[in-house]
Amino acid sequence: MREGPAMTTDAPSLPAKRKSMSLIDHIYDPRSRGIILQVLLAVALIWFTAEIVNNAITNLKKQSIASGFDFLGRTSGFDISQSLISYSNTMTYARAFWVGLLNTLLVAGLGIVLATIIGFIVGIGRLSTNWIIAKLASVYVEVLRNIPPLLMLFAIYFAVLKSLPAPRDSIELPFYSYLNVRGLTVPMPTWLDGIGYVVAAFFIAIVAAVLIARWARIRQEATGERFPGVLVGIGLVVLAPLLTFLLAGRPVSFEYPTPGRFNLSGGVTMLPEFVALLTGLTLYTAAFIAEIVRSGILGVSKGQKEAAAALGLRPGQSMRLVVIPQALRIIIPPLTNQYLNLTKNSSLAVAIGYPDLVSVFAGTVLNQTNQAIEVILITMAVYLVVSLLTSFFMNWFNSRMALVER
Amino acid sequence: MTSRLRTGLLAVTMLAVGASAASAQATLQKVRDKGELTCGVNTGLAGFSAPDDKGNWTGLDVDVCRAVAAAIFKDPAKVKFVPLTAKERFTALQSGEIDVLSRNTTWTMSRDTSAGMSFTGVTYYDGQGFMVKKSLGLKSAKELSGASVCVQTGTTTELNVADYFRKNKMDYKPVVFEKLPETLAAYNAGRCDVYTSDASQLYATRLTLGDPAEHVVLPDVISKEPLGPAVRQGDAQWGNIVRWVFFALVNAEELGVTAKNIDEMAQGQNPEIKRLLGKEGEFGKGIGLDVDWGYQAIKSVGNYGEMFERNVGEGSRLKIARGQNALWTDGGLQYAPPVR
Repeated sequence: MREGPAMTTDAPSLPAKRKSMSLIDHIYDPRSRGIILQVLLAVALIWFTAEIVNNAITNLKKQSIASGFDFLGRTSGFDISQSLISYSNTMTYARAFWVGLLNTLLVAGLGIVLATIIGFIVGIGRLSTNWIIAKLASVYVEVLRNIPPLLMLFAIYFAVLKSLPAPRDSIELPFYSYLNVRGLTVPMPTWLDGIGYVVAAFFIAIVAAVLIARWARIRQEATGERFPGVLVGIGLVVLAPLLTFLLAGRPVSFEYPTPGRFNLSGGVTMLPEFVALLTGLTLYTAAFIAEIVRSGILGVSKGQKEAAAALGLRPGQSMRLVVIPQALRIIIPPLTNQYLNLTKNSSLAVAIGYPDLVSVFAGTVLNQTNQAIEVILITMAVYLVVSLLTSFFMNWFNSRMALVER
Repeated sequence: MTSRLRTGLLAVTMLAVGASAASAQATLQKVRDKGELTCGVNTGLAGFSAPDDKGNWTGLDVDVCRAVAAAIFKDPAKVKFVPLTAKERFTALQSGEIDVLSRNTTWTMSRDTSAGMSFTGVTYYDGQGFMVKKSLGLKSAKELSGASVCVQTGTTTELNVADYFRKNKMDYKPVVFEKLPETLAAYNAGRCDVYTSDASQLYATRLTLGDPAEHVVLPDVISKEPLGPAVRQGDAQWGNIVRWVFFALVNAEELGVTAKNIDEMAQGQNPEIKRLLGKEGEFGKGIGLDVDWGYQAIKSVGNYGEMFERNVGEGSRLKIARGQNALWTDGGLQYAPPVR
């Protein structure tokens, strides 16, 4: 305690100095300066946003334009040609929103899967040693990626319409299916009692297949003996639900399409608008993905392939087991970009009459309610969320694929 | 793509309008400062608004704007026409991009109230109809159950057709397009059995199909479609200008004043004509224009009857009969309050 006074005289001097720091000192202190600037910026931004929102509301009121989100609960009064959930013109605008959103997700989801498959095939094809395959793949890429997607959609859509027959001259396909200018109509299944067992069997089979694959891997690592785990797994997933289906007495009935005066009635129809949009988006995006795949493969050093060959791997094996896994690290980030592009390009649907989110919600609903600001904000928010979720998933996938450095 | 961009842009413009603290400048002053009237019209609908081969806009809706421009500037050429799709039109008016919307737009309650617009009159009484291929051999729209129907988005048509089929307990398959050309191309390619729209539009578009004789318009009219110009709410003076210019055109027909005989008529003794043409009284003052506002409007586009015949009537390719659009004195619905 004898040293106390000495400490007390010395210690307060520091806080005292800090307390007396004037504004000028803060400005010269990089840390305080940073904080001050950030706070100022945040305040300015909040003020700016609040001002815009406030003015917009005031002016909308002054011009007596309705605002707010009440309209979502009102009856829509219009019909939509394709919906994944039940919908009629007596339901609400909110329901119409979900119909549009699901239609967008359907075409974007299928488009992403198909574009990835075609993109990989063409991308690898471009590097083929076979001259014809390599040239065909080059022509595909160069032609398709240099045509604006909107023009491609028009071309495909009207090519589809022009080449298919009128409903009364429908092309008959197996399984009571019909193809005509109004789309491809197939029998609609209705599930009867007992279908639950089939679904259950399917999920149980998946779990069993995963367990078998794990057991096979552990055993191979321990003993070196191989077990065709994947093959058995696939067999299980296919056979188990099929057997249950037969044992449960085929719990399904079909509603067959029958020709009516104008159209086929009954059955499920795949619309030509959907086919045209899906084809257009897939082919267009696949051309870009092919280039990304090619660059990814070329980015893997040649030595890897040579080493694989030296170990006795055949070209196919070396591509599948050595090159592609390393190429994926280069491929995934730009691939994410293409997925986002495809999703956003799906809003071109409005041009060829496919009822996607933009067509149904930012089109018809906007026009019937006249609430442009609300509708456009919701639509933009939806695309933002969908894109962020896609990015999030792809980043997760990317981190899993990243080279594990030891 | 462009129109998608445009919708987005309009939304942004609306926000910007919000940000500009809205000095309520009178539309008339704004138009005078610009030196021209900005008029929203259809992207292309024969008889109503379509550019001819020289790029000049012609049509009934176009003439309404020309008459307004003539009343303000004494020159019907001082109009800038902005072609708009059905979907874009209301946002364009609300955001101030155009001064008047003259684009075969149906006057409905929600548009007239909660959409911030104000309709100034009915320039064409219309109703929704159906066009089908003659080869189907249909006699009535009641036979359309199960049909595929092509329709343009952003229209009252889309709602009427849903109402009609529900009311008559029939089902149908809608195919909805944003623009008229795609809608027609799809109908032509057999994607739909029926194309539905306002009857006037059916007659106009039938002429653009390969062989017009192969298509028939069914006799059923399923709705009331009073088409007319609209302005923004909250500027009564501007609304009065657009309203009374059209009334002047209708009154001119009733009084027998045409673009040709107008100077002669102005010298006559009929007080009604004298007031209409600004030889007596100061009626222009009430709407902020010169006394000869009516004279200028009628001189530039003719009276309503002349406008009708030239654009959609016997003098045009459409050959639409006057019908409901005849003057009230001839058993039609066109009736204008007097200039007094």
